[in-house]
Amino acid sequence: MAVARSLRVVIAPVRRATDVARQRLDDAGRPTQIGLVLIALALLYILPFLKIPILNTPRSDFASVLFFPVGIYVLLAIGLNIVVGLAGLLDLGYVAFFAIGGYTMGLLGVNAHWTFYEILPVAVLASMAAGFILGTPTLRLRGDYLAIVTLGFGEIIRITARNSDPLGGPRGIFGIPHPSTTFGVKFSLLDPKPYYWLLLTVIVVMVLMVRRLERSRVGRAWTAIREDEDAAELMGVPTFKFKLWAFAIGAGIGGMAGCIFATKVVSITPDNYTFSLSILTLASVVLGGAGNLLGVVVGAVLVAYLPERFRVFDEARVMIFGAALVVVMIFRPQGLIPNRQRASELTENTGQGGMGTLGAEVVARPPTEVSDA
Amino acid sequence: MDGLTIGAIYALVALGYTLVYGVLRLINFAHSEVFMVGTFGALWATRWFGIKIGATSVHHGIALVLILIGVGLVAMAFSGATAVLLERIAYRPLRKHGATRLAALISAIGASLFLQELFAQKWFAQRVHIGIRTFTPFPRILAKTQLFSFQKANFRTDKVLIFIAAIIMMVVLDRFVAGTRLGRGIRAVAQDAETATLMGVNIDRVITVTFLLGGIMAGAAGMLYVIFFENTLNTIGFVLGIKAFTAAVLGGIGNLRGALLGGFSLGLLENYGASIFGSQWKDVISFTILVLVLMVRPTGLLGEAIAKARA
Repeated sequence: MAVARSLRVVIAPVRRATDVARQRLDDAGRPTQIGLVLIALALLYILPFLKIPILNTPRSDFASVLFFPVGIYVLLAIGLNIVVGLAGLLDLGYVAFFAIGGYTMGLLGVNAHWTFYEILPVAVLASMAAGFILGTPTLRLRGDYLAIVTLGFGEIIRITARNSDPLGGPRGIFGIPHPSTTFGVKFSLLDPKPYYWLLLTVIVVMVLMVRRLERSRVGRAWTAIREDEDAAELMGVPTFKFKLWAFAIGAGIGGMAGCIFATKVVSITPDNYTFSLSILTLASVVLGGAGNLLGVVVGAVLVAYLPERFRVFDEARVMIFGAALVVVMIFRPQGLIPNRQRASELTENTGQGGMGTLGAEVVARPPTEVSDA
Repeated sequence: MDGLTIGAIYALVALGYTLVYGVLRLINFAHSEVFMVGTFGALWATRWFGIKIGATSVHHGIALVLILIGVGLVAMAFSGATAVLLERIAYRPLRKHGATRLAALISAIGASLFLQELFAQKWFAQRVHIGIRTFTPFPRILAKTQLFSFQKANFRTDKVLIFIAAIIMMVVLDRFVAGTRLGRGIRAVAQDAETATLMGVNIDRVITVTFLLGGIMAGAAGMLYVIFFENTLNTIGFVLGIKAFTAAVLGGIGNLRGALLGGFSLGLLENYGASIFGSQWKDVISFTILVLVLMVRPTGLLGEAIAKARA
């Protein structure tokens, strides 16, 4: 494994540097931290105007790329992080909620002539309702089954959209309205920048909201469920209720992303909502470090941006991306910027068959002894 | 009969998921790509045997038998090798680090993307474009003639062959796991990995063998798939993989005979469902069945655990 060793040589200093940087940031005072965040935010808002040659994406418009895939992936990853990273539930069909949000926007916008700002809350509520409906029967099941049921649900939504005439069938919905002019910013087909600003604002609000949630009673309940569901239940945490809420809130954020995406792209088809989107979102969450907001955002930016940046290699880029995922997981299985609490959980666990029992799954052993074969 | 044919293929692939899950408690997400590599293995084998696409490709008698066995062996070798490499590169290092299963899942997704794109490259796949469809054609080796029909079921040579071949493969696997030393090792690790290690079971070897067995089954499935559908593509693994996993869960994941039962019942139900609601709803039907079964019987039809089935 000479390759592995040489890779380790490259990766080790990077790893050390990120750890040191984090420590510095923690030690800095509160005002410094807030200041840095504000500067970073300002930079993000003017990013489409800065023509930084290395950052630029050849063969595609940079501002467009910032909106989709980068921004959308970030918002989706923030939502999925609640489900996977905080509550420890494995959801492989997250794209379903993205689709529900998108189709709500499409249907209400085209048929009922509602405006974007009216539809957005409806889309969020619709996706949350879908989350409740899907979660109620399945969250009682073990983790792996949840994974496969959510995966199936994602496919069901897509295929149903493809086969239903009211939803436009395979051609989907077109002519979805743009948001009306807001704070003097005009939304149009040709300029992606306003959508990017809108999305960025939503992301900032969501980040703040999720941070509050994480540190509340709800967040602590999620952590307890993730670490040991049985123990949490014994301690009086209503695990099912909190799992359902995690699922529904995650779904709501997914629906929000779907709504914003649909209003930007004007026309949506079932092919916008394939399984690979679920997977890439999950990859963002795990790659960045499940449970850590900053990590998740960084992960999403990398997953969305790198394939766009390396479009020059065209055919091989997805292949390289796949290989890169494997390499990162080998050297940093807890993600690039792991959640500290979670990282400490991981080192303790002994695991079954050496693969570890934590992650998206809490029950280590089958609860029942059914076997008539 | 269509239901049983596709069900047999599902069942063979499902065995791979179930084996790995039984031993590692891990969804081997890249298993669908192992199957896909098997279809390409079969394709290249026909090329090495000098079979060209066209009327001359159909063989009879001894030549047919030899070609089928040869193609099958090559496909199994390809898939088996892929599965073992996958374990070595994408899973073993993570296992050594004690990584989460989520990390293993992502690593598997990475490997899956890699393999899919690898087999999309021009030098791998000689593709054909007809209308909006793109695929890599596979020569017809076996004359597809109607043997007899019973009620509405058509017994065609290729379907009968697939069914019988799949059953043979499954019986062999079942005997292997039940009877041999390595099979016992697999069951021991599935039951309790730590204790098995203490008892002197070489856990790494057991895991490698498990992946190899799953790969061989997927290779056989790949070869049978191309004989039936006569085409392949780098992306065929995905949907089939989901279906096969559904079959494994349906029968009770970790249970070998459950995979068999799950595969056949999924194939049949899907086919009947498609004849009632129309074939575009096929995938929705199979997932709905899965959800319903899981609600009534959360451990699948036959319950779990390789180890407990016949310890």
